[in-house]
Amino acid sequence: MTRKATLWLVLAASLAVALALAVLIGETAFSPALYAAAFTDPRSGPAEVLWAVRAPRAVCAALVGAALGLAGAVMQGLLRNPLADPGVLGVSAAAALGAAMAIVLGGTVVPGLVELSALAGAGVAGGLLILAAGALRAPEALILFGVALSSFAGAATALIFNLSPSPIATAEVMSWLLGSVQNRSWIDVAWVAPAVLVAAAFAALATPGLRMLTLGEEGAAASGLPMARLRAFALIAAAVATGAAVAVSGVIGFVGLAAPHLVRAVVRGDPGRVLAPSALAGALMLVVADLLARLTPTDQELKLGVFTALVGAPLFALIAWRAAREWRL
Amino acid sequence: MSLLALDKVSARLDGRRVLDAVDLTVAAGEVVALCGPNGAGKSSAIRAAAGLLRLDEGRARLGGEDIARLTHRARAERVAYLPQERRIAWNLPAIEVAALGAPFLASDQALAAAGTALEEVSAGHLADRGVAAMSGGERARVLLARALVAPAPLLLADEPVAGLDPDAQRLVLERLRARAGAGRGVLVSLHDLTLAAAFADRVAVLDDGRVVADARPVEALSPEVLRAVFGLDGRWVEGPDGPLLAARRAQ
Repeated sequence: MTRKATLWLVLAASLAVALALAVLIGETAFSPALYAAAFTDPRSGPAEVLWAVRAPRAVCAALVGAALGLAGAVMQGLLRNPLADPGVLGVSAAAALGAAMAIVLGGTVVPGLVELSALAGAGVAGGLLILAAGALRAPEALILFGVALSSFAGAATALIFNLSPSPIATAEVMSWLLGSVQNRSWIDVAWVAPAVLVAAAFAALATPGLRMLTLGEEGAAASGLPMARLRAFALIAAAVATGAAVAVSGVIGFVGLAAPHLVRAVVRGDPGRVLAPSALAGALMLVVADLLARLTPTDQELKLGVFTALVGAPLFALIAWRAAREWRL
Repeated sequence: MSLLALDKVSARLDGRRVLDAVDLTVAAGEVVALCGPNGAGKSSAIRAAAGLLRLDEGRARLGGEDIARLTHRARAERVAYLPQERRIAWNLPAIEVAALGAPFLASDQALAAAGTALEEVSAGHLADRGVAAMSGGERARVLLARALVAPAPLLLADEPVAGLDPDAQRLVLERLRARAGAGRGVLVSLHDLTLAAAFADRVAVLDDGRVVADARPVEALSPEVLRAVFGLDGRWVEGPDGPLLAARRAQ
């Protein structure tokens, strides 16, 4: 069996096990009799807990993780930088700003409006990045543009906190910014799944361009591939995936950074072949992280975004340190 | 018909004129060396020939067709480009880097062509090794293989021997010479004038964006040109493998 096939098998099997555990294990311990009821009587209370509470939450975590893992892999390939992630280019911050504006303006009363606002924020950021990518060929320049975009969106979100007349709305925005898949339903799953598929389709279209960018801008530009179009496809994939993830779960950092690193060595660095395994690794990471966040004995459940940041920030430092020592950035 | 014809080409970069009414041709079977001091416009001329530089005036033609009217793919089918940049972003195996030279072939065909090209540059043993741990010379050979994989009739190489040891320099230039021997055209920028004289059929000397000489190597690099363009007092002497430049800084 090839290394790639083994990787797929291990990731898929691990994700299946993690999803099963996320459905079966929770704060409320079940006796064998309750498990039996959950599996035999769909209308029973235990079945409700497993299939209407835990299962959609776990699937939601998997989809959000897949979206973030995919977005991270696309951005790292696009920018030829192992430290790129959906947060770097400001897409996450712009999506969060969109959600915050909708919440403060009372959008929570209209189903789906906050999610659509988050997606719109990501779309605006993606559009600006596509324009910037046309003018700024150097990846470092695009990263700096993204940092500026992220800072501006962060400042605008802070301004919303500052000016918000309602402490309830402020608390809701804060809750959104911390990131969570708590209380997500099958409706949320049905909402996010198509967006992830659209992002995956654009990422697949961008794959030859990401691979060719391995040679640098000049080499890629002379390769014969329509690089401007492929670069736009990559940015659309990253923006849709990040927007969908933020829309359904709020801001969850570091998954997009870490997932590609977990699988890159196995696919021998290929920025095209890293995409799908990164999505699977991201899904696995977030399902496990959400399970651990749920099972950590605290008075208030740990927010998923906080949990991933606590684990992810040291990982970011480690990757930066290794990259600086082993591979020129 | 020339594989490449730059016709009165002028271009600017950041407001500075880098090419000034440049005329240059490359025919099939010919190696043309671009020589000149740093900043003379060698890389700009190569980038113009690759269609990567916006021209203010003049026309660049590949196989008789205006490069500005060619699609990306049609351009790549006419010209392969080996940039000066040797950084490879990810730690891909050498054979996969070389296969990037043939993006329109099926994967197995591209890998087969890449394997042949790596053998051609004496790098077949590196095929499965990641490029991150390779020396500069090894990486240069892998990238040359990437350019050789492309089936285009014209190859543009921007300082392909910069930073390489003498053996690697000769290996690279021998492969470019062999490429021309197979009926293709090569335009290569070089700083080493002796190597240019040894491997090129013609030398075009650029100075401040203008072509100041374009002839057989020893004629193009005449004592007058050596002094005016390179600031050298020099002359050509016959060596065992061709002309050698004996020169010192002009007083």
